[in-house]
Amino acid sequence: MEYALALLILAALVAVFVSVPLRRDEIAADAAEADRRAELEAAKEAKYREIRDAELDFRMGKVSEADHRATDRELRGQAIEILERLDALEPETVARPPNGAR
Amino acid sequence: MAAVGSACLFVGLLTALYAVGAALYGARTGRRRWVDSSRFAMYALAGLLVTAFGLLEVAYLTSDLSLRIVVQSSSTDTPTFYKVTGMWSTQEGSLLLWVLLLSIFSAAVLRATRRTMREIVPYATAVLGTIAAFFLALSVFAESPFTTFAVPPAEGNGLNPLLRHPAMMIHPPMLYSGYVGFSIPFAFAVGALVTRRTGADWIRATRRFALIAWTFLGFGIMLGALWSYSELGWGGYWAWDPVENASLMPWLTGTAFLHSVMVQEKRGMLKVWNVSLIVTTFVLALLGTFLVRSGILSSIHAFGASTLGPPFLAFIAAVLVGSLVLVLVRLPALRTESRLDSLVSRESIFVLNNLVLVSVCFVIFWGTFFPLISEAITGTESSVGPPWFNQYVTPLALVLVLLAGIGPVIAWRRATPANLRRAFLAPVAIAAATLVALLALTPAAESVPSLIMFTLVGFVLAVVGQELWRGVGARRAMAGESPPVALVRLVARNRHRYGGYVVHAGIALLFLGVAASSAFVDQRDVRLRPGQTTEVGDYVVTYREPTARFLDDRSGTGAPITFGAVLDVRNLNGDERFTLNPSRNYYAASEGGGPMGTFGRFFQGESTTEVAVRWGMRRDFWMAVQPDLRALIGPIKEANRRFAGLPGEAQALVLAAIVERYRRDTPSATFRTLVSPMIAWIWIGGGVVLLGALLALWPTAGARERRVTSLYAARLGRELSRA
Repeated sequence: MEYALALLILAALVAVFVSVPLRRDEIAADAAEADRRAELEAAKEAKYREIRDAELDFRMGKVSEADHRATDRELRGQAIEILERLDALEPETVARPPNGAR
Repeated sequence: MAAVGSACLFVGLLTALYAVGAALYGARTGRRRWVDSSRFAMYALAGLLVTAFGLLEVAYLTSDLSLRIVVQSSSTDTPTFYKVTGMWSTQEGSLLLWVLLLSIFSAAVLRATRRTMREIVPYATAVLGTIAAFFLALSVFAESPFTTFAVPPAEGNGLNPLLRHPAMMIHPPMLYSGYVGFSIPFAFAVGALVTRRTGADWIRATRRFALIAWTFLGFGIMLGALWSYSELGWGGYWAWDPVENASLMPWLTGTAFLHSVMVQEKRGMLKVWNVSLIVTTFVLALLGTFLVRSGILSSIHAFGASTLGPPFLAFIAAVLVGSLVLVLVRLPALRTESRLDSLVSRESIFVLNNLVLVSVCFVIFWGTFFPLISEAITGTESSVGPPWFNQYVTPLALVLVLLAGIGPVIAWRRATPANLRRAFLAPVAIAAATLVALLALTPAAESVPSLIMFTLVGFVLAVVGQELWRGVGARRAMAGESPPVALVRLVARNRHRYGGYVVHAGIALLFLGVAASSAFVDQRDVRLRPGQTTEVGDYVVTYREPTARFLDDRSGTGAPITFGAVLDVRNLNGDERFTLNPSRNYYAASEGGGPMGTFGRFFQGESTTEVAVRWGMRRDFWMAVQPDLRALIGPIKEANRRFAGLPGEAQALVLAAIVERYRRDTPSATFRTLVSPMIAWIWIGGGVVLLGALLALWPTAGARERRVTSLYAARLGRELSRA
């Protein structure tokens, strides 16, 4: 009896909790865009980290200048690509280059 | 309490199954609400299991003997610490701990990724929910921790005395956190394969969890080694026991994974290898969980035989086959994005390091399962011992330590001869100086593998020191900071990199301890009477007097009887003197049991060693005693004959007299003595590894990160404008 009662109460509590998202409206397009932005922000952070790493490696003498330039150019190109995709989502929230260069 | 606990587990099982269904339905139909609901279900699961775990802990603390699990592993007189931790000495408690940790890890990763990886997350949720459902099904239908007795017994069995050691009680949650933690990158890898999003997103999202898992598992392994060294009484810390090996294997493949994912992140290479590695690691983690209690391989850790073999093996097989099929089907999506530019590059070193780590894992796997393999092929079970493992693992470990030194300084893509000269000149010179000093000043040459290892340790430490030195120099050149400020900021802003280097230094120190203590240990087993003296290494040991204690538990393990010895130790020079008190604890056999009758049962239950160690950075002096109790047989028989019918208090007086008899009329005792050089460096190295891992895991302050990244954004923009 005690088991059945506990089962019922717990199942009801869980059902109420897990159904919270189901009682909301289906996710709006702007929310989906926010998710996409968060993903791109994470990719941007990772790319900046890579650029910093590459620069530190160069300054510590681990790579030649020519190799560093090539790597740096490639990484910056990838970073710019991510920034452009962020711009495309919501231009006003993304750090933009000065002087209207873009 | 039992009813509520059981209900938590059953509702938890339904919730996990719901999470799987809702996540898959949401992914297939694109209805995000269902995916969110599956995430909420995983949160609910964590809540239910925390409740179940809490209820069980209350049962242990209040010695609720209506629960079978409490009777199995606790008693009213079990010390409180061991009551709290007694749960995971049982199979039912272990399963609950496993799934509890899984639910917490799952809730954490799903919370962290709730706004990212929209395609992958539903499938990862489904995988995590399936794993949770499997363990919960075992808990609900096969090994429920809330099984009750209709008529509770008057007293519990108490915790297995061998487990009454602080390290051993923290060890299982650490190991399980490691095993469970690897299920997170595994689940996301499966999600990435299903959705064909095989880039580095899933790695970035779960790397922190993989590192947490690796750290917990490593720490758990170290605690297990410490327990073995200070509790089991054989004098070592690693016996190549199947259960020890089972925990080491996923740690090795996990280490390989943590290195190889960097190659995928930076170069888009090794995609097939990485998903295969994480599948292997997770399968080995499941195998590790299974082996502890399966009883299929004889082990010093075999605390109980399991009935869970068939379902566990079926689940492991399903995970393995399912993952393999998925990887094969998705091979086109796992094509590499770039090629290896040069064999002399960080990528190549990581590949080599991976091959060595996987080779060590394979050797250990083969040696561990050799009894089963030999029985299947020849019909006769035979096993391999430590010399077999050492023969293969030692050279591989030497290569591994060498690579731990080369990896940090070699460049990505390609290293030029000039780079190599600059990177290796100082470390190689320091390694050479170390070798010369060892040859000239120490007997290290008596063991060639140890001599090579000491030299390589010098090399790795020099590399790490040089990296810090040059990093500080680079930072000072860029920002004009003072050396201490530059060092702190260098490490703080590159925590992952320098945390990794600290880990490498810790591993080198650990191997220093392993090499020195295994090659140059001086071990002696000797039988002494009080007043007698023996020599061990450079020490003279004198057995001063015996000790005998009744109901005077100084080790905090709840042992009623303890016999031991007081020994005076001095070195041959006479400038170092100390006293050691090794002892042995005796626990009573169950009432009415044992051929030695009412009083004899107090000496016939489990007995455990309380090792005495003089810890030192240069060497440990380790001692264990095995008292000879044959002289007590006569007095015990006499007591059985004359006093068996007395009330409890009077019997205690008789027992006290028997125990005192040992002290007054002491026979000789057997002592095991070890002088282990530099063994402390194993624990120090382990501590350094832990520190390095914590450094790598420590989150970057959000504000600082934003400021730095916005600076980079601005800089990128400026350069674009110039282009």
